[in-house]
Amino acid sequence: MTKAKIKIYFSKGNVGKPITYELVKKYDVMFNILHADINYGSEGNLITEISGEEKNVADALKYLDELDVKYKMYTKSIIRDEDACIDCGSCTSVCPSGALTMNDNDELQFDKEKCLVCELCIKACPIGIIKVEL
Amino acid sequence: MKTVAEINEKIKKGKAVVVTAEQVIQIAKEKGYKRAAEEIDVVTTGTFGPMCSSGAFINTGHSNPPIKMQSVTLNDVPAYAGLAAVDLYIGATELSNTLGMEYGGGHVIEDFVAGKDIKLYAKSYGTDCYPRKEILTTINKNNVNQAYMYNPRNAYQNYPAAVNSTDKTIYTYMGTLLPRYGNINYSTAGELSPLLNDPYYRTIGIGTRIFLGGAIGYVSWQGTQHNPSQERGENGVPTSLAGTIAVTGNLKDMSTRYVKGATYYKYGASLFVGIGIPIPIIDEEMLMYTAVANKDIYTPVVDKSGNETYDIKYNYEQLRSGSVEFKGKKVLTAPLSSLTRAREIAATLKDWIQHSNFTLSEAVTPLPKEDKINKLEIREMK
Ligand code: SF4
Ligand code: SF4
Repeated sequence: MTKAKIKIYFSKGNVGKPITYELVKKYDVMFNILHADINYGSEGNLITEISGEEKNVADALKYLDELDVKYKMYTKSIIRDEDACIDCGSCTSVCPSGALTMNDNDELQFDKEKCLVCELCIKACPIGIIKVEL
Repeated sequence: MKTVAEINEKIKKGKAVVVTAEQVIQIAKEKGYKRAAEEIDVVTTGTFGPMCSSGAFINTGHSNPPIKMQSVTLNDVPAYAGLAAVDLYIGATELSNTLGMEYGGGHVIEDFVAGKDIKLYAKSYGTDCYPRKEILTTINKNNVNQAYMYNPRNAYQNYPAAVNSTDKTIYTYMGTLLPRYGNINYSTAGELSPLLNDPYYRTIGIGTRIFLGGAIGYVSWQGTQHNPSQERGENGVPTSLAGTIAVTGNLKDMSTRYVKGATYYKYGASLFVGIGIPIPIIDEEMLMYTAVANKDIYTPVVDKSGNETYDIKYNYEQLRSGSVEFKGKKVLTAPLSSLTRAREIAATLKDWIQHSNFTLSEAVTPLPKEDKINKLEIREMK
């Protein structure tokens, strides 16, 4: 089993094509949609985790290439200097995925699994302790 | 009824009963105001948030030959030198000439508190008594003379929450505001906040000894834009911008845990300042004020793009919950000031008082109870 986090870009042409359905059917991979921002008939993007047998995931990505669907692999991740964090909370309201939240003790909680690496929180942190890691 | 002098006697003997502004809420609920007021001597408050109207005076000492500093930078951040020869004021929001918004006066102040060397560059026109025209050196907190924080406006008693009605993300001193009411940001320590626990400034006044940036400080004046005449709820708590205080304290004794430079993207630099104020429980009325809870403190919502106005007010329990309903939609809410650290400040101040390391001071003179805010109009030059 392997997992790949990707962002699929939909252009006017391919919105509406059942790309995800095809992938599931053809390659026996599973989709975990983390974030979707598509309007029918226009452009948008879909952030999703594809999991399955290593070969199947690779083939699924190849299939996207063949269809000329543009996508981006997430090779980066977000890191936060936990000791320096002052729990101000400024980063939480820009986070589209709920990866950054305040817990019951009013401390910042970061759920890496949910992170879309959109990088919005980097600018929102007033003391500059959120960074991307390659 | 207790006097501050009586409370101080108890503090000196290590017998004062001190609780934080969060703890007092539960105690008041269990025992009632009257009994709680008899038993509790002091309630400690705390706040740790971005406070732009902050800065510090530094006297660098004289060089040989001496200079009357005219334009000065500290780590490339301009400081104000229109005072006597080597007196400077570094303001929190001033930006670096080289790094721009990334590094500002707030960061210089934090680095100074940390004990780091600060690059000082000054120029002058030279006078008969101050012949030197240029100086490049370093200063730090051990080799300057006085260095004291002087913040013209801190600890705002309540602050409106911020939203953005436009189609574009806007970057403000209230943080990043997403388009079309994408989020609401607010800034308060709520039930822990100093002036919300003494809404009519009965005990907090000019001369009050406080916790400032990890050291002992004082309320030196009413803050700029002090607006005690603001509308208030039945509990006396203002329902928008109201009282403010100017504070001062020895910068050399402070800690970077409670003095922290900040940058709000595309807005600029600021400084997180930690303030804690003890409230003597002189009577039942004071106990009642300190027992105020988040659900009793309301604040309005302001459109930071300036296009819309709203009638709605939320209480801090609602804002703290992480989301509110705004214009029929669930909107995420986020704080800007740190509650964990506000709590820590109230607990530290409590500890100081319990260990007789901090006694209360009676205000020398009260803060104004009436005042109004003037607007800056475009006036004809006469
Ligand atoms: S990059 Fe930051 S804002 Fe974006 S999803 Fe991850 S944690 Fe949230
Ligand atoms: S904005 Fe930065 S300092 Fe504030 S809670 Fe988030 S990570 Fe911590």
